[in-house]
Amino acid sequence: MTALLETRGVWQRFGGLVANSDVSISVGRGEIVGLIGPNGAGKSTLFNLIAGVLPPTQGSIWFDGEDVTNLPAAERCQRGVGRTFQVVKSFETMTVIDNVIVGALVRNTVMREARGKAHEVLEFTGLAARADVLASDLVPAEKRRLEVARALATEPKLLLLDEVLTGLTPTEAQTGVALVRKVRDAGITVLMVEHVMEIVMPLVDRAIVLDLGKVLVEGKPADVVRDPKVIKAYLGDRHAVGA
Amino acid sequence: MDKNFAARRRRDLIVAGALATLAALAPLFVKDVYVQNILILTLMYAALSQSWNILSGYCGQISLGHALYFGIGAYTTELLFTKFGVLPWFGMLAGGGIAALIAMGLGYPFFRLRGHYFVIATIVIAEIGLLLFQNWEWAGAAMGITIPVRGDSWLKFQFLRSKLPYFYFALGLCCLAWFVTWWLEDSKWGFWWRAVKDNPEAAESLGVVVFNSKMGAAAVSAFLVAVGGAFYAQFLAYIDPESVMGFQFSLLMALPAVLGGIGTLWGPVLGAAILIPMTELTRSYIGGSGRGVDLIVYGALIVAISLALPQGLVSLFSRAKAKNQVKNQVKGATR
Amino acid sequence: MGLLYGLIAVGLALIFGLMDVTNFAHGEFLMIAMYLSFFLFAFFAIDPLLSAPLVAAAMFVFGAVVYLLIVRFAMRAKTNAGMVQIFTTFGLAIVMRGLAQFFFTPDYRSIPQSWLGGKTISFAGIFLPEPQLVGALVSIAAFAGLYFFIHRTDFGRALEATREDPGAVALVGIDKNRVFAFGWGLGAGLVGLAGAIMAVFFYIYPDVGASFALIAYVTVALGGFGSVFGAFAGGIIVGLVEAVTALMLPPSLKSVGIYAVYLLVVFIRPRGLFGSM
Repeated sequence: MTALLETRGVWQRFGGLVANSDVSISVGRGEIVGLIGPNGAGKSTLFNLIAGVLPPTQGSIWFDGEDVTNLPAAERCQRGVGRTFQVVKSFETMTVIDNVIVGALVRNTVMREARGKAHEVLEFTGLAARADVLASDLVPAEKRRLEVARALATEPKLLLLDEVLTGLTPTEAQTGVALVRKVRDAGITVLMVEHVMEIVMPLVDRAIVLDLGKVLVEGKPADVVRDPKVIKAYLGDRHAVGA
Repeated sequence: MDKNFAARRRRDLIVAGALATLAALAPLFVKDVYVQNILILTLMYAALSQSWNILSGYCGQISLGHALYFGIGAYTTELLFTKFGVLPWFGMLAGGGIAALIAMGLGYPFFRLRGHYFVIATIVIAEIGLLLFQNWEWAGAAMGITIPVRGDSWLKFQFLRSKLPYFYFALGLCCLAWFVTWWLEDSKWGFWWRAVKDNPEAAESLGVVVFNSKMGAAAVSAFLVAVGGAFYAQFLAYIDPESVMGFQFSLLMALPAVLGGIGTLWGPVLGAAILIPMTELTRSYIGGSGRGVDLIVYGALIVAISLALPQGLVSLFSRAKAKNQVKNQVKGATR
Repeated sequence: MGLLYGLIAVGLALIFGLMDVTNFAHGEFLMIAMYLSFFLFAFFAIDPLLSAPLVAAAMFVFGAVVYLLIVRFAMRAKTNAGMVQIFTTFGLAIVMRGLAQFFFTPDYRSIPQSWLGGKTISFAGIFLPEPQLVGALVSIAAFAGLYFFIHRTDFGRALEATREDPGAVALVGIDKNRVFAFGWGLGAGLVGLAGAIMAVFFYIYPDVGASFALIAYVTVALGGFGSVFGAFAGGIIVGLVEAVTALMLPPSLKSVGIYAVYLLVVFIRPRGLFGSM
């Protein structure tokens, strides 16, 4: 079976700065893959390349057996790539349900169906009680969850999560982890970027470590955390507790 | 929750129907031509502002150049009528179509601009339009066009003896603009526009093609405004560039929506219902001296309302609702 | 002429760019300054050239007061901040125009005789009208002073810092309102200077500001918001473009050139020529 997502020799340069150099990764169907690495490793850049915010300087991106390298973000969403933002980008003047409806409209052209889908997703993500609240009135943890809900409403095949668990209290993080598992059990592949290893390691099936724009190591989480190269990359970084 | 939503939409529709009926009956009681005039202008600006609101309020692309579309509607109709004998009804549609096309043509370069740069570009393009029309000999240049009088006729949309037909047309246009907004509010486009306004990047990630959304909003908005311009030209029976394309029209379309509540269904109507009579009354009662007192009062009111109610007058009505919402939030938070 | 546009625009750029507030009453500030200059001449026979500093000082106070009394509250709006500012200052502009009509009547006025009015100077065979020349010199001086002020003094830096992060500045003990009031004063003062000079060779009437306001906006945007240098350069470009279009097109179309240049520039560089953001 072909991988759901593949990057082939992707480079991204910003002026003289190389954010990603020759990155080739693949994500199989039904996996939860963690993309980790110290600050400035190029995780966010790679993430944005996959989501279609900008095209790579070089290399190609394949999704579901097709070359999507030059497709804009909206087109990729229609093909089944859903994403969240590290800095939450809710539609602040809209209610929670309306936020989710925007996502649901990708696959439901009839308003009533989109609304139904949105309610379903809110139920799934545990936001149903907050449906009629303005997005700007949500607490930070809820806003994160709204990001996930909105992306899920687009019925993605691949869900890209950008640091959705970072900065939450332990209880909130637990609920978050449970939600990610639930998403996978619903048959959606997950690629999550996280900075903090200890949160993601128990959750993911496979971890890819980026460092200085390159793939450093990839493998089972248990092997990855013991890898000396990874420990070295994280050394001096106070978050390297997982090692 | 969905019941609430459906109920609210139904209520909006019923209220609108009731208001429209009331308005339609108004001429039975108002015989004074001066007052009728004010009513017609109020309805027209309500319609214009409602149309402006689609692009600027819902989609968040603040345009202060809508006078261009207004003028195009007026000129298309009158040029077709005086030069080619095309009936104003067709001219009106042609004007709307041309305005929508121009809006989309301008959209290509304009929608790349953000914030102030976009607003200024809209002002500038309308000024260019104004200057070009002032120098366009065939279209009457600065002298404008006087619409030949052919007597009262619905066919030619021209009435000398009574203002009532204009009144009913303005009412119809206002209802149309309101209904289009109402309908769009709960449609794919309505949701896309609000998403684009709040956060284009997030909208894009949810499959919204931001550029196309803006183009759609611009086209609908320009079409309706141009129809308004065509009406105004017939109503005045005389047009010149300054009197149908001047900057003040751009402002008079934006102001009611802003005062009433930008990006809301009722804002423009409410704003126009207060602002336009106020403008006309201050002008004729205290403006007669030519000493600018009307301007002082008018300007001061605008300052006061924008400072006191940044979300517009509609927010007065939703205060009660907001209280309910707080209650819900408390409930939600304790769960 | 371009340099004077530059001066008007620099004042606007200061308010607009440094504080990120839209001031739709900028043209009216100019109008008030022109009247001030006119009345100082009419009643006290002070030549506009001499009264320019006085006018600038008065406008400084006026700008600061406007900020403290009105604009401060407009900036506080959490929602629709941009629209609130636009319409507050727009309302203010209407009030000012009304007040001018009320007190000064809508008549056109001009300063008939002044030291500079109507005189020309020949410079290397080219005849230049003196008022414009002096205007240009004053503009350059004012611009140099301002540039020095913003980049070399503590206050200038405070102004810039306040725009970037009002919260952090408050922590260091700088009062945001005082800084901004000063900024508004400065912006208005520069316009005052421009107004005083322009009073010499322009008719003065309540709506005079409106004809310059849009050009000032275009000038600021051309240079890029937030860039004082850009506004000045923008002013020069606008002046040149105006002169060139005047040669090629009928006078009634002369502004078209300026507008077209603006559109062209922002389509190529959506943030203006010297936009920093």
